[in-house]
Amino acid sequence: MLSYVLKRLLYTIPIALSVTLVSFMLVYLAPGDPLNAIAPADAPAEVVEALKAAYGLDQPIPVQYGKWLLRAVQGDLGKSIASGREVATEVLSAVSNTLVLAGVAGFAGVLLGCILGALAGYWHGSWIDRLATVLSVIGVSVPHYWLGLVLTIIFSTWLGWFPAMGAGPGGSAEWLWDLEHMRYLVLPALTLSVIPLGIITRTVRALVADMLEQEFVMALRARGLSHQAIFRHVAKNTAPTVLAVAGLQLGYLMGGSILVETVFAWPGTGFLLNTAIFQRDIPLLQGTILVLCLFFVALNLLVDILQPLIDPRMGRT
Amino acid sequence: MHVLPKQLSRWLLSVPVALAMHSGVMAETVARYGISMADIPLTTGQPDRGAGAYQFTGHTLYDPLVSWESNIGTRPGKLMPGLASEWKVDAKDNKKWVFKLRKGAKFHDGSEFKADAVIWNLDKVLNDKSPQFDAKQSAQVRPRIPSIASYTKVDDYTVEITTKAIDALFPYQLPWFLISSPAQWEKLGRDWNKFATQPSGTGPFKLDKLVPRERAELVKNATYWDKTRMAQTDRIVLIPIPDALTRSNALLSGQVDLIETPPPDVVPQLVSAGFKLVKNVTPHVWPYHFSTQPGSPWVDIRVRKAANLAIDRDGIVKLLNGLAVPAKGQLDSSSPWFGKPTFKLGYDVAAAKALMKQAGYSKEKLLKAKVIIAQGGTGQMLSLPMNEYIQQSLAEVGIQLEFEVVELETLYLHWRSGVKAEMNAGKGISAINLGYVTSDPFYGITRFVDSRYVAPNGVNWGGYNNPKVDAALDKVRTSFSPKVQDALLATVHQTMVDEALMLWVVHDVNPHVLSPKVKGFVQAQHWFQDLTTLKM
Repeated sequence: MLSYVLKRLLYTIPIALSVTLVSFMLVYLAPGDPLNAIAPADAPAEVVEALKAAYGLDQPIPVQYGKWLLRAVQGDLGKSIASGREVATEVLSAVSNTLVLAGVAGFAGVLLGCILGALAGYWHGSWIDRLATVLSVIGVSVPHYWLGLVLTIIFSTWLGWFPAMGAGPGGSAEWLWDLEHMRYLVLPALTLSVIPLGIITRTVRALVADMLEQEFVMALRARGLSHQAIFRHVAKNTAPTVLAVAGLQLGYLMGGSILVETVFAWPGTGFLLNTAIFQRDIPLLQGTILVLCLFFVALNLLVDILQPLIDPRMGRT
Repeated sequence: MHVLPKQLSRWLLSVPVALAMHSGVMAETVARYGISMADIPLTTGQPDRGAGAYQFTGHTLYDPLVSWESNIGTRPGKLMPGLASEWKVDAKDNKKWVFKLRKGAKFHDGSEFKADAVIWNLDKVLNDKSPQFDAKQSAQVRPRIPSIASYTKVDDYTVEITTKAIDALFPYQLPWFLISSPAQWEKLGRDWNKFATQPSGTGPFKLDKLVPRERAELVKNATYWDKTRMAQTDRIVLIPIPDALTRSNALLSGQVDLIETPPPDVVPQLVSAGFKLVKNVTPHVWPYHFSTQPGSPWVDIRVRKAANLAIDRDGIVKLLNGLAVPAKGQLDSSSPWFGKPTFKLGYDVAAAKALMKQAGYSKEKLLKAKVIIAQGGTGQMLSLPMNEYIQQSLAEVGIQLEFEVVELETLYLHWRSGVKAEMNAGKGISAINLGYVTSDPFYGITRFVDSRYVAPNGVNWGGYNNPKVDAALDKVRTSFSPKVQDALLATVHQTMVDEALMLWVVHDVNPHVLSPKVKGFVQAQHWFQDLTTLKM
């Protein structure tokens, strides 16, 4: 197992390198100019040239990338061109905010998805199945942006139950896990949870329905096992796949939903990436993407480690 | 005689004291302001994010040498004494300006404002060899103070600034240049990033708290030097909410007390819910800036005039739910520099068709033109619907527009580069649609028509070159009487309109929506606003 983990960790290096290289190139391929982050729109050519020199943007792109990479491997992600703040501080603050949101949304989505999916699979073809199918289709189809706005209009502006935006009364820096702060989490988390809810419901439903047709389940039934005992066996057999799908979903959520975070002014990675992309703030963009990439890889690794622990057959293959 | 026990008397005494303290705490007035930016603008002295950012972290925390009157909404503001109590040009050498500095003004850190601070701040943005030089602040303000050649301290309360050429309009550049505290910068280890979280200026507010991208809390500076401009609210919380619908929802749900730039569609709902819509003429125009280069379809003045007559501006104002006013020229007609143009912008399709016919075009022989536009963004209003409206209107008179749609940041690049640049000329682009700030003579007029500012030296994007206009602008620069300046600028603006140099569509009204709790908000006819008037 240890050699497997080490091998996977080694794979992280080329993945991270490729991701940063591609994102660096995309910034330059896209129209626009990194200097837009700092120069006023009508800055004369002399000011623009002076700024290019000051920020090293007058150097060839491979040199710029090489320098960034050299600093990054030493743990220095540089400073944001637009704000001058440390990229590491900016990204960590955004990641921690997204972790709160994605954690709650992911947990709710996966938990409810498992329950709904299991019920639908167990009572395959019943009204519960049809209801779960409808809900899961809505979950994967409904546009996030629209749902967030509708929820805000209903529960915030009409009913006044939850705040319309923000990450707490004093901002995310003063976040506490109390009722006052968690009220701010309800609408964005609910909005964000519908996609994992839909996907997990569909996955679990299909797996459970399929599993119940398997011969070993017939054998268990023939041996007179109770429904609960049979369900435990089915759950154990479906868990590795569900875990893999849930890991991927959490990874996507960690990337932050640009639209959901914008609708709710939630200061997470999506919000940060949005700003960095529009301002062509290369250090901020690179730092955020690198950290998210590492998160994604780490999550997948964790899933790969957990899967054989649940199902030893996977370890043998 | 009964004597109260000592403990009891202390307790009785403490009650009113505690109540007074409590009421003092309770009495703190707080205004929560949902702003349209994605982040709090720079707090080190020179705000980034354009002219609209000065009202938030510029003129709140800092003061300029020469201020702009921003607490009046019934007429355009004017230059006012700031940290310089008076200024005048040297009678013998018109390039030299002498500024007498205000005595008794103090920075938030307690250090005194003197001539050394002015020189230190000029070095901060103009002298890249100085230790306090800050490339980011420099980038923001250098384009706005292009006339400064050198500067020197005369005594503790007098500085002299020399301009590159005689420039009578130089004082208009100074409201953009703000003074940070040298003592605070030294105290914080000469680190501008630390300064950003603990800034010190001489302004009517101090920064109490900064959470990047989430909030900035400004508190009243009780010892502010200008007693006529004391903050009426104890605390202003600036909350960046870039999405317009989210801003409206935050207002409707009571999370903020006022917002800027509501979405036009939501305004009726906000007003019917008891919120107050405040708008005013703002120095901002939404135009098509034409190329006047040979080969451009807009070279013929008849075509330019036809385009200006083919647009139903009232219809566009309706499209914006009233959040704009029809343009009569580059400037609003209330501007002292508007003049008396003979060409009247209006909606006259028959006249437009006649002009197009004279120019040799018709519905059968269409004039084709490519315009670069942004898909949206600050100052662009409802870019796509408005452009589509214009496209349909111009098609009626035989002008077929093709759009090159880009992000606003990309549009800026095309703008700075000028029409002759390969990125424009190579694609056949002959007009650009970009919202322009028109707050002072340079921003409103000079930069677009002076042949010395033809891109890439400036933003005379279309390459307009008129020796008469250049000569008039030279006269403006050497005339120190405001009346003469206004008259000359009016003639230049008249020429712009009479030559239909651009297709002017509407002026922004910089709308704000306020909760009924908000009193005293005055919307100046400028991008500079004075938040000291806010009262809760």
